[in-house]
Parts: sequence; C-alpha cells; structure tokens
Amino acid sequence: MQRSVASVMNQTRGAHAPRRAAGIGAALCAAAFALLGTAAHGAQPQYGGILKVALEGDPLCVDPQQPGNNTALNIGRQITDSLTDQDPETGNIVPWLATSWKSEDDNRRFTFVLRDGATFADGSPLDADAVKANFDGIVKMGARASLASTYLAGLDRIDTPDPRTVVIVFKQPNAQFLQATSTMSMGLLSKATLAKSYEERCQGQVVGSGPFTLTSFVHNQAAKLQRREDYGWPSSLAAHKDKAYLEGIEFRIIPESGVRNGSLLSRQVDVSTSVQPQDEKVLLAQGFPILARSNPGLVYSFFPNESLPLWASPAVRRAIVKGINRPELQAILSRYQRAATSVLAKTTPSYVDQSQALAYDPKGAAKLLEDDGWVLGKDGIREKNGERLTVRLEYWQAVTFLELVQQQLREIGVDLQLKKSVIGQVNAQRDTGKMPLQFYNLTRADPDILRTVFLASGRNVNFRQPAEVDEVLAKSAAAQEPAERRALIARAAELLVADGHAIPLVELATVGATGKHVHGLHYDASSRLQFYDTWLQK
Amino acid sequence: MTKTAARSGWRDGNDAWRYAFSRIVQSAFVLWAAYTVSFVILYILPSDPVSIMLNQGDQSMVDPAQVAALRAQYHLDEPLLVQYGIALWQALRLDLGVSIQTGQQVAAMLAQAAPATAALALCALAAALVLGLGLALAASSARNARLRSALQAAPSLGVCLPTFWVGLLLLQWLSFTFPVFSAMGNDGWQSLVLPAATLALPTAATVAQVLSRSLSAVWGQPFVGALRAKGLSRRRLLFTHVLPNATIPVLTMTGVLMGNLLAGSVVTETVFSREGIGRLAQGAVAVKDIPVVQGVVVLAAAVFVAVNLVVDLAYPLLDPRITRNRARALA
Repeated sequence: MQRSVASVMNQTRGAHAPRRAAGIGAALCAAAFALLGTAAHGAQPQYGGILKVALEGDPLCVDPQQPGNNTALNIGRQITDSLTDQDPETGNIVPWLATSWKSEDDNRRFTFVLRDGATFADGSPLDADAVKANFDGIVKMGARASLASTYLAGLDRIDTPDPRTVVIVFKQPNAQFLQATSTMSMGLLSKATLAKSYEERCQGQVVGSGPFTLTSFVHNQAAKLQRREDYGWPSSLAAHKDKAYLEGIEFRIIPESGVRNGSLLSRQVDVSTSVQPQDEKVLLAQGFPILARSNPGLVYSFFPNESLPLWASPAVRRAIVKGINRPELQAILSRYQRAATSVLAKTTPSYVDQSQALAYDPKGAAKLLEDDGWVLGKDGIREKNGERLTVRLEYWQAVTFLELVQQQLREIGVDLQLKKSVIGQVNAQRDTGKMPLQFYNLTRADPDILRTVFLASGRNVNFRQPAEVDEVLAKSAAAQEPAERRALIARAAELLVADGHAIPLVELATVGATGKHVHGLHYDASSRLQFYDTWLQK
Repeated sequence: MTKTAARSGWRDGNDAWRYAFSRIVQSAFVLWAAYTVSFVILYILPSDPVSIMLNQGDQSMVDPAQVAALRAQYHLDEPLLVQYGIALWQALRLDLGVSIQTGQQVAAMLAQAAPATAALALCALAAALVLGLGLALAASSARNARLRSALQAAPSLGVCLPTFWVGLLLLQWLSFTFPVFSAMGNDGWQSLVLPAATLALPTAATVAQVLSRSLSAVWGQPFVGALRAKGLSRRRLLFTHVLPNATIPVLTMTGVLMGNLLAGSVVTETVFSREGIGRLAQGAVAVKDIPVVQGVVVLAAAVFVAVNLVVDLAYPLLDPRITRNRARALA
C-alpha cells in the first residue's frame, strides 16, 4: 500500500522533471522565471502539487516526541499539531489546539481549554484525555523523549475535568512549560500510536492531527507525506484555515551538499533544507530565494569546566571573553550567520543585547591575566608558576571559525589547542567531567535554556559552586509577569557573561533555499520549516 | 588422503566435493573473524551508541539514571566478553539483533537495503567487464603502434579516478547541466545508470589492465605460434584459444572486484542519494550502531566469500587442470 503511493508520487514529478526541464532553453527558462517571480507577489495561493524537499541526513526516527535530529523535526512538524504555537516574530505564545490557557500558583498549575472538532488522522478525537495520555506517555518514555521529558520534569498530575479542559500541575514553578507546549517535541499523537512500541513509532507508525499524514518512510531514501483533506484546525498564525495547499510532500535524503544544490538549480527538488556557505553565492547569483533564520536559544559558546585549577580564578575566563574579536569572525561566517551579541540568540524571546560586555578589549584581557600572575613567556604564551596557559578543546561540530578564535586568543597569550573529533568521542570525554572546555549551541525558543544548562543544581555545565546567578535563574522559573521574567533573564545573562561562565562566539543560523515557484514557506519560532501555508506556482 | 579415496583413485567429482567442503569451512572461519574483528574495533572506540542517540545535534539534558537504564537494555553495561557472547550467540541463531538508533530488526534493514546495492553492484560489474574486455581487445588488436600504446595506457588513468569525483562530474554533466538522468534515489533503471557508470569506470580500468597484460602474455606463448602455423585465423585464434586462457586472471580478480564494488557503494550511494548497504553502513558507523555495522560486515563478508567460492569452483570450467592440482595441494 505504502509502496504504491510512493510510486505514483515518483511518476508525477520525479521521473519527468529533468526531461521537462530539458525541453526549455536556458534563456527561455530565465525569462519565464523572472516573469513568475514578479507575478507571484500578487498571486493567489494555488492548491495542488507535490513538493520535493531535500534533507541533508537520514531522520533516523520520525516520531516527533523521541529525540530527533533537525531533519526528523522538519518531518514531524508537518504531521503533528501542538497545544499552542509561538510567533517567530514576537516570541509570544498564541492559540493552536488550545484556544485559551492560564497559569497559576507561580507557574505550577496550567489550565488549557481545547478547541472543538479536531481529530487525529485515524479519526479518534483530540480531547483532554488524548492530551493527558500524550503527556503521561512522554514522562513514561523518559530518556527516549530526551527533550519533551525535560519540559515535563517535576510533573505532579494531569487532570481532565471535562473533555475540553486539561489541567497540568507541577511540583515546582515551571515558567518554560507554556512555550514547551508549542514545540513539536510535545506534538500530540493518537492514542493508537501511543500504544505502539517506541521502535514502531520511530519507523513511521505515527498518527498525529497535523495537516499531513506520513504515507511512507524508507531510511536513507525518502519520507512521503499526503495531505489530510478534512484538516481545519491550524495554528492561529497560519495564513489560511482549511486543508494544506500542497497535495503532498516528498522528503528526499541527499547527503551531499553539492548534489542538493545542483538538484535545486535543475529543479529536481523544490526546497533544500540545508545550504552550505560555499553554495550560497551560486543560488543568490541565480536569484533563488534563500530562507535563513538564526536558531533561537544558546549561541555557540565556550563553557569552562570551573572545577579544574585552570579556571579557579575568574580572571582567565573573563580575559577570554574580552580577548575574542567577534566582529572579525563575521568575515569568515556565512552572510546569514552573525557574531554573538549575547549568550542568547537574537531570535530568543527576552534576548538582550550584550555587545558592550562582549566588546573586544585585548588590553583589558592582558591586564586581567597579568594581575592574576600570568606573565608572557618567550613564545608569546603566558605562564604562571611554570605552567603554560594552554586550553584544550575537543569538538565535533562542522564550524570554521574556531581557528580564527585560536589566533585571536594567541594575541593575548592564551594557547587554545583544537582537536576536531566525532560526537560520540566528545560526549564520552564530557561525561568524564575532565574536559576543560565544552563548545556547543542549543536550540530552544525560550530563555529557560539558561536555567536548563547553567543551574548549579541542574546540568551545571560549568561544574561550579552555587552563586548569585542560580538564585536569579530559579526565580525566573517562578516569575508570573513577563516583564519580571525578562528582567531576571537579562540579569542572569549579564552574570553569566561577566563571570565568564559562558563565552559566547557565534549565532548559528539555519539556511535553506527554495525554487522560485515555491511560496509561503517559513520557519517557525524554533527555526524548523512549516509547510502548511506553502504552495507551488504552476 | 583416506584409503577409500586412494582406492577410488581421486576422481574429479570427489576432488571437487572435498575441495568445496574445505572452502566452506574456511569461509565460516572468515565470517567469524570478520564479525569478531569488527566487534572489537567498535568496542574500542570511545562513547556508546545510546549517548549518541540521545544527543542528536544538541546536547542531551536527560537524567543519567534513565540513560543507564537504556544502556542496560542494550547490554552495553556488560563486560566486553559478555556483550560479545550475547551478540555471537544471537548471530549464530541467525538473529542479527535490533538497531539501537532506529529499533528496526537488523535483518529487515539489510533485506530492505540489499536489493538496491545488489542491482547497483551487478550492473556496475557487468558494465565493467564489458568495458574492460572491449578496451583490452581493442588494445591487443590495434594495428597502429601508437593507438595500441594509447589504449594500453588508458586503464592506468581510469584506475586513478576517485569514485567520488567521477560521480560528481557525471551528475554535473548528465543531470544538472543536461537533465538526462535523475540525480538521486532508487527510481527504476534510469536512476541506476549514473551510479553504475561511476562505480564501473575504475573497475573496468582494472579489468582492462589485467586482461591486456594477460592477452599479450598468452599471444607470446609457443602454442599460439603452433596454431597459427596450422593456419588458424587471428580472429578464431583469439576467441577460441587466447581469450579463454587469458581470462583466468580476470576471473580470479572478480572476487576482489566484487569487494571493491561493495566498498565503492558507500561513496556512490552517498553521492547519488541511493538507498543501499553502503549508505546503511556509513550511517551506522557514524552513530556507532553496533548491531547494524555487525550485520553489514557479516553480509559483506558472506557475499565476498560466496563470490570467491563460486569463482574458485568455476576455474575447472575454464581449465580442468586446476581442480586436481588444488585438491592435491589441500589434501
């Protein structure tokens, strides 16, 4: 059954696309595209068509509640709906399946009122009972729901006084929970899906209430989605209210960036979800629309392990914050990425500009180090009691700016030694607690990411003793008033940078591109693609 | 040598069975060795697959106790020997286990991926043999000395071409610039042409190289001169006497070539975004999905061993002297 749907889809676009394109001369093509481009702005959305989307890697597991890589999340978002949605522009939480909500008791108690008439693709109703079953299921899933289970940490109980009301009670204040309900990690699945094994769900036996349903999933090959004709409960942010414009979406897994780009340019795919910096120029030169958005959350930063003697005094950490010339990093970044201006990305709600605190100040850095007893050695690297100021960093991410940071730090006498490795090895090192420096970013469209990562009684990325910042972070989880919470987050960010607990570097951006005939595609607040309003110009 | 065997006088049929049996025992040993070596290598690598599974891109925030429970579920907390024992016992009962990353049965994953790779490898092998044979024959029968040396030099060039580069070049020409073939996927024969050609080119070059050399060696043998003196035409001589003798080294190589094709499928399947064993292996190694890697290793080793076995058993068809000598050597 699944196979047959797949083959029909292939016939409609896959096999004929290259031949069709061959018939049109290059000049004609360019002229036609230019006309389409201008016509599209005023054009009405059109129903129909299968959108071909190039993903850069195998999704591994398509169940949105289980740990997903970015490619899996882009699929999961289309088949599940959430209680709320988050406006990518303002960060505000807006209605989706829940029409209204309130939080009480210092963010310990959340009450959601559900809309009428929403159903899962298998026909079962999306009611309070289904929401309860989902959230209870996530808690039971534990580590397998690595994101969602942390959003529900400290859950006391879930009550369903009537089919349209869900009351979720936590043991402690949980200000981040409202935003968490907008993420696809807490996307809702039918009860029949919840009864399946986690493995079956990973392999594609997932039924949600979203505008598309998954019809087939073949590892390393493709995932195919089909429109739900009876859909009619989109997020309040959506531009239309009934079924999706696209008849279906075909995700193709194309690991080679050059092949993704060539396929997009030759119209063998309509969307590329991951464009490498070296491919941006070609696409821009040919006028292909680029979709770029900074990933909200924690920017790419260094996190010192403060339990080690090297970092015992804050001087070295503070000096490194000052010794990095962030604007200079911009020269080697993609035009869509930017140097960090805070520990949080600009797209995160409650972001506050910390450029002042992150200003390049090599003299100030040198003075801090000298006052702390680090004197310049013969080779330009500082020493103290015969020990060189060497910091080792093992990392796995495909980033190009660390070598420049290394050069910059050398100028203030710090020897940053880089070791590019693989994720498994870096994690193993991290788990020993002996890694002097960690380097990563974390995508989350809620400033609570600071509490998750830094809280001394929580993950404690710095292996440090409790300090003022922990009190501020704890208070931020209980703040009822948005203004109060914003002020607390700003204070926490200030303390984290001032003491060098976080050494922010670069804001990661998700960069994709579409053909000129694709319209209405955009990122949600978490910088994942949302295809509900997308349509193809015929 | 047993008394019965001595009395029966080493008939060819008996030799063949004996020979086949000893080869099967050897094959089982090779399979076991491949399984064990890959297991040990994967074990030596730091980190474990559960940690990778829970850290897809972003860092995990999960409770260590829950991680420990998951590790226990996959026996990753047991000592090396116990893990190995469990895995080997399952493998002996033809149970390759379950993928840690996806939860699928490894056997099902292999069954899903194998046909695509088999089609790719067989097409590439056939293309390589035809192309290699054609080139070698052209080189050996070219009258013009310059043309002959050019044709003989061509394979060395072909052997040097990296598969990755050939693939991207073919894509650029025949898919992106001139949209003749689809750039990706496993959609029918059309999507097989470019990847098979990519994989076939270096293999064809190797075949041509070996066959060229062996053709010129056979042409120089005294029996050829004798047959020519008897008045056989050059064409007849080539196809009935020289070529069959010259193909034996190529046949020997086919087993090795099959291994190369399987290895080349990792790159080819990635460049052409195809489903298959190569992609499966690459993905599984990247996330340290031990059961899947083990499954791929066993399958690849089995194919390699089987092809070599078939090749060995096929020698007597081309040259009946081989079985007797080999069997004697083994006895």
